[in-house]
Amino acid sequence: MSGGPSGPDQEPATDPKPAMDPSADAGPVIEAEAPQAASPQAAVPPPLPRDPVARFWSVAAVPIAAVVLALLVGSLIILASSFFAVGGFEPLLPVEAYSSLLRGSFGSVNGLVNTVVAATPLVLAGLAVGIGFKAGLFNIGAQGQFLMGALAAAGTGAALAQQPPPIAIGGALLAAAIGGGLWGFIPGALKAWTGAHEVVTTIMLNYIAAAVIGYLITGPLAAPGFSFARTGPVGNAALPIILGRNGHLGILIALLAVPLAYWLLWRSTLGFELRTVGANPNAARYAGMRPGLLTIFTLSLCGLLAGLAGGGQILGTSGFMNASYGTATGFDAIAVALLGRAHPVGILAASLLFGAMRAGSGLMQIEARIPVEIIDVIQAVILLFLAADVIVRRILRLRAARSGVDEIQTVTRSYGEQAAR
Amino acid sequence: MTEPQAIQPSAPSAVPSPDRTLAAPVENAPALEMRGITKRYPGVIANDHIDLEVRPGEIHALLGENGAGKSTLMNILYGLAVPDEGEILLDGVPVTISGPSDAIERGISMVHQHFMLVPVLSVAENILLGEETMANAIFLDRSEARRRIRELGARFGFEIDPDAPVGSLSVGWQQRVEILKALYRKARILVLDEPTAVLTPQETEEIFAVLRRLADEGHSVIFISHKLYEVLAVADRITVIRRGRVVGSRTPAETNEEDLAELMVGREVQLTVDRGESHPGEPAFTVEDLHVQDDRGHEAVRGVTLEVRAGEIFGIAGVAGNGQDELVEAITGLRKPKQGRVTLGGRDVTGSGPRKLGAAGLAYVPGDRHRFGLVLSFPLQDNLVLTSYHKSPFARGLVRDDQACEDWANRSIAEYDIRTPSCDVPAGTLSGGNQQKAVVAREFSRDLKALVLDQPTRGLDVGSIEFIHRQALAKRDAGTAILLVSAELDEILELSDRIAVMYRGELVAVVDGRTANREEIGLLMATGRREESKSPIGAEV
Repeated sequence: MSGGPSGPDQEPATDPKPAMDPSADAGPVIEAEAPQAASPQAAVPPPLPRDPVARFWSVAAVPIAAVVLALLVGSLIILASSFFAVGGFEPLLPVEAYSSLLRGSFGSVNGLVNTVVAATPLVLAGLAVGIGFKAGLFNIGAQGQFLMGALAAAGTGAALAQQPPPIAIGGALLAAAIGGGLWGFIPGALKAWTGAHEVVTTIMLNYIAAAVIGYLITGPLAAPGFSFARTGPVGNAALPIILGRNGHLGILIALLAVPLAYWLLWRSTLGFELRTVGANPNAARYAGMRPGLLTIFTLSLCGLLAGLAGGGQILGTSGFMNASYGTATGFDAIAVALLGRAHPVGILAASLLFGAMRAGSGLMQIEARIPVEIIDVIQAVILLFLAADVIVRRILRLRAARSGVDEIQTVTRSYGEQAAR
Repeated sequence: MTEPQAIQPSAPSAVPSPDRTLAAPVENAPALEMRGITKRYPGVIANDHIDLEVRPGEIHALLGENGAGKSTLMNILYGLAVPDEGEILLDGVPVTISGPSDAIERGISMVHQHFMLVPVLSVAENILLGEETMANAIFLDRSEARRRIRELGARFGFEIDPDAPVGSLSVGWQQRVEILKALYRKARILVLDEPTAVLTPQETEEIFAVLRRLADEGHSVIFISHKLYEVLAVADRITVIRRGRVVGSRTPAETNEEDLAELMVGREVQLTVDRGESHPGEPAFTVEDLHVQDDRGHEAVRGVTLEVRAGEIFGIAGVAGNGQDELVEAITGLRKPKQGRVTLGGRDVTGSGPRKLGAAGLAYVPGDRHRFGLVLSFPLQDNLVLTSYHKSPFARGLVRDDQACEDWANRSIAEYDIRTPSCDVPAGTLSGGNQQKAVVAREFSRDLKALVLDQPTRGLDVGSIEFIHRQALAKRDAGTAILLVSAELDEILELSDRIAVMYRGELVAVVDGRTANREEIGLLMATGRREESKSPIGAEV
């Protein structure tokens, strides 16, 4: 065990004595060690196994189990609700419901495309939350950033509607990125300069974003000639359809964002700094990094991604924005990021799952007469199981598994501890 | 629990409360016997059939390196862990200890290394926490509590003011409060976990006197330590644990430091590294009239001036909390000084951040490796480039080169003898000694003019300490200016060419490291003066 990579021919340079005491061997540290105050860092997970399958399982076991358990809970709710609504007891109803859900989302080409389209904004907004987690930031503001991106895309798209498509699309997407990015920059700057906690500021900015949209769309940006307040059509700024009936260009953007995010986090110095600040801000300062600047950068980047998600929705699916534009994509993104363990590939997988549930729920409602709201219930239960991962691990007897969902620690990390110096 | 009458000095080993005594105590039985205690954790046997016997009135030292299994054994005794095998006997009667409150009720008390005291409460209030002496169903009987605290203090040789806020007491006195707390709960077996780690030599002597009084009164004391001379000075018997097993039991009369070190480490150890001749050159690192504020805005460093020459180790001794942390943070760029000047190799670097200072040739081994030195959840190889990740060959522009990091990590692991299964395990899974070696490997292999070592061997085992001291001396011989800050006086005395004592934010004396006198420095650390003076009891700050 002490061998490691050091060959037998390599003598420790300045130590003429025989090999050091074996009791200093690596291995789980049993005794608490000396007079150090409680460390501010998260508990250290056991090392990842080297075997790729075991490695995957050690990270993904809890999320997968959480999904399975949530589906079980969902079937209980389906049974109970049909009992109270119809009065009869249909033991096979959950099976029926889930099989409609599955056929609705994966059973046909259209279903598949719908799944992918529904997953697209979740991927981008999920990355916006997940990258924040990696930097130790809880970006609840993905919703506001999403909305600002949508607004910027809708306004710019309407203004550029008559321009040639490359200019219109490029301009509208750029506006979405800037709009969302600005909405991320603000809490980043507030945190870096004043220490204001991002959880508080991003929540507030979500409300501000909704209010700004309400004002601009009923006022300056309102298009004439409609019976309700909305922006003008985006015209040439609409994203081209590249897949099936409604698969728009945004899919490609989301698919590109995944490897880019991975590269940024694990292959670039910037990502190394970002993750260091997230794991141990003191060590980051000690290593000469600048936590304040990195916080601003990270939240701006998160905002940019969420803004693109919002812009993609406007330009790719609806084609305009109304005053009460109200998808909860930015909040679903939190669940997606947690379920995906803040890993770009995990976020992609979680987005597809959530997208599939959205896309298939219509068929489920028609065939099994189960209201689509059951999807929200299942998503919420997934979150509960992720947050209370102890339950999941106990059920699975995953005692030796890697820690549950570390990202939860970012969510629950206390307030004062985080305050910038 | 109402217990109005004072403890009678004539009945020191009080019988456990009656409802717990299933069998009568056996005559002449040891106060505590642990037989064949075995505790396995996945992959490790923390305790492997450990036998321990502690007699009434005995100070029993438990000696072993970090990770040897001392804490596990004491956690089992205190009911915090359940042994897989073995039994515990109190006064010859087998018992099962279900948890800390059960242990306390049976007369076992633990004084932790980190005091469990509330600074804003008074001595009496702290002692009453969890063991309230009630006047009636609603109100505390404070006067009775005060009386008993005074009486207990007097009996064991220290007079303490029960109304003094604990926060105003020195560390040594806080420790006495912890001991009082145990005695107040009628502890017969006291476990002290590294009680001297935070004390000056004088305070250590005083605590030893208290422990001897306790033993004379029939209490049993289990004293956990890895400091050999202390164990020899205070213990009646010494049990040495290595890798979960008892490897020897000695009385101080039949052993010496070398023998104990060999038992503890499992090989012959050189306790003091031969430091050789130093050849100081030009001043490489200077600090002039530095003033630094702490987090609360108090001036923690008040006009420190010092000069470290190339090829010299300049030691700063002092009781923790006298401004050393702020001084070190200010000169390593982690804290902005309020006033003063710092130069490195003749260049003014006052107020520069860590990145600039690193580029100018300053490396820093931080005192708290968990807080500053390492990112515990990151792989070892990332930690080994934590301060140079942005430079060639570890990165080109924005792109990191993992292969270069890995090659570098493997070289460091070999050169600095870091025991690890591989370079991609999280740093937090390594033992403390190996974590520190990783920090040392990283910082020592930079291009150095000056090196700041803050508590470089805190909490480490003898073997790692020896290794790190050798490395530091090798750097000194290579012409690096080294500033060593340590609360461990032995370390300062062993390595420093010159020694300064820091007291309340100032350097109160600078003495020659080779002729320095341990007592004199201890006194300077405690009082800031060279002569003893009586300070009011319990009121030292």
